[in-house]
Amino acid sequence: MQIDFKHNQSAHCENGVVSNLMKHNGFEVSEPMVFGIGSGLLFSYLPFIKVDHAPVFTYRVLPGLIFNRFAKRVGVKVKREKFKNPKVAQERLDENLKKNNPVGLQVGVYNLIYFPDEYRFHFNAHNMVVYGKDKDTYLISDPVMEHTTTLTTKQLEKVRFAKGAFAPKGHIYYPVAFPEKLQLEKAIVKGIKHTCRDMTAPVPIVGVKAMKWVANNIRKWPKKLGAKHTNHYLGQIVRMQEEIGTGGGGFRYIYAAFLQEAGKLLNNDELLVLSKQMTEIGDQWRDFAVDASRIYKNRSAENDGYNKIADQLDNIAKREELFFKTLKKAV
Amino acid sequence: MKKSEVPQDESKLEKANIREMCYAVDENGEYTTELSTGWDPKTIALDNAIKQIEERVAAAKRKVAQNESSPLEYYMELNKMDLPILASYVGIWKWRVKRHFKPSVFKKLSQKTLEKYAAVFDITVDELQTIKE
Repeated sequence: MQIDFKHNQSAHCENGVVSNLMKHNGFEVSEPMVFGIGSGLLFSYLPFIKVDHAPVFTYRVLPGLIFNRFAKRVGVKVKREKFKNPKVAQERLDENLKKNNPVGLQVGVYNLIYFPDEYRFHFNAHNMVVYGKDKDTYLISDPVMEHTTTLTTKQLEKVRFAKGAFAPKGHIYYPVAFPEKLQLEKAIVKGIKHTCRDMTAPVPIVGVKAMKWVANNIRKWPKKLGAKHTNHYLGQIVRMQEEIGTGGGGFRYIYAAFLQEAGKLLNNDELLVLSKQMTEIGDQWRDFAVDASRIYKNRSAENDGYNKIADQLDNIAKREELFFKTLKKAV
Repeated sequence: MKKSEVPQDESKLEKANIREMCYAVDENGEYTTELSTGWDPKTIALDNAIKQIEERVAAAKRKVAQNESSPLEYYMELNKMDLPILASYVGIWKWRVKRHFKPSVFKKLSQKTLEKYAAVFDITVDELQTIKE
């Protein structure tokens, strides 16, 4: 069986699944719109949690939050299920496919065979849509891929029951109820306000405060940890910022695209101006990545380089602080 | 970023026939998307991360050869795992898994426990007990 499902590639997997499921149900919603209304943008630094032997840096909110916030703000009801037993999980998936209902799945990346080896880490918050089954083969729409792909029953079970942090536990989700007409205006304003609040929050681990904290640490790491560890941490920052799914510049370009679309929809010219500024901020993040990569490529231990990129990060933090204070007043 | 500036560098993704989507502005300042084959700064970051894993695998191998650790640690590193991930896959408490890294404790493990570990690493019990040169 195969559901008539249109696969659209997206930058980020969660936005892409939501956008594709919405489109399947007759609601044209773009990826940036999902990301913006779902308040996906963030910066967070969690030095006490280690992934791949480096602290956690993230440019986006926790997995699942984007869809939940988006759904709540536009009035879509989402059904979510997790399972203990892989067999029950498979049966429930098959039932949905029989009912012509494509479902979103949370999966682990490590056993995702169509990814290159180098990209297969124990990361459990990837998202995809299953839209059909042919004997022992499931038809997969993975939003970060250009085209649809397939997984066998066994391969799919392995990624659905990956273990470790954020273990998916067979997690499936799909929208079950929709509003009569999609009202985006209010949802957009709510989404923007939430992001502004997050980014300027008075806590050290999120928003511009977290960026300043990282900048400070970059100055201290070379002495405290040595060049090798420092460079590994810098590499982690760049990977989180630029790896598949960010759309470039740590999600800043997707957010700029959202502001442009929102500005037109709300007839708010100020948002168009702010969209341009966000693009420039994204460019600054890209410059930061280029200079950071230069350091760990040359393995130079000179402190000058570290101080220089710390300054860059401080500048970005200052700029984003001003940006989100202005954005808050613009809606 | 302008659409024309979306990088098209060589990368591991490109070799697997994957191109990723980036957001960029066209010549009229309108947002659009463009596929990218890769970007050097992140390729370098990924290469470094992989080199680090290879170093960890080699170090674990050395420790096993010198009887300072059990093959479990080697296979854990080889599978890009750390202690919490391995513990959750095998369903054994972290402190017990850590204890199994001791060669003397590892030698006394029951067949059942060995099978559990072997299944996680997708190898046989024989392979689990020895490391290929």
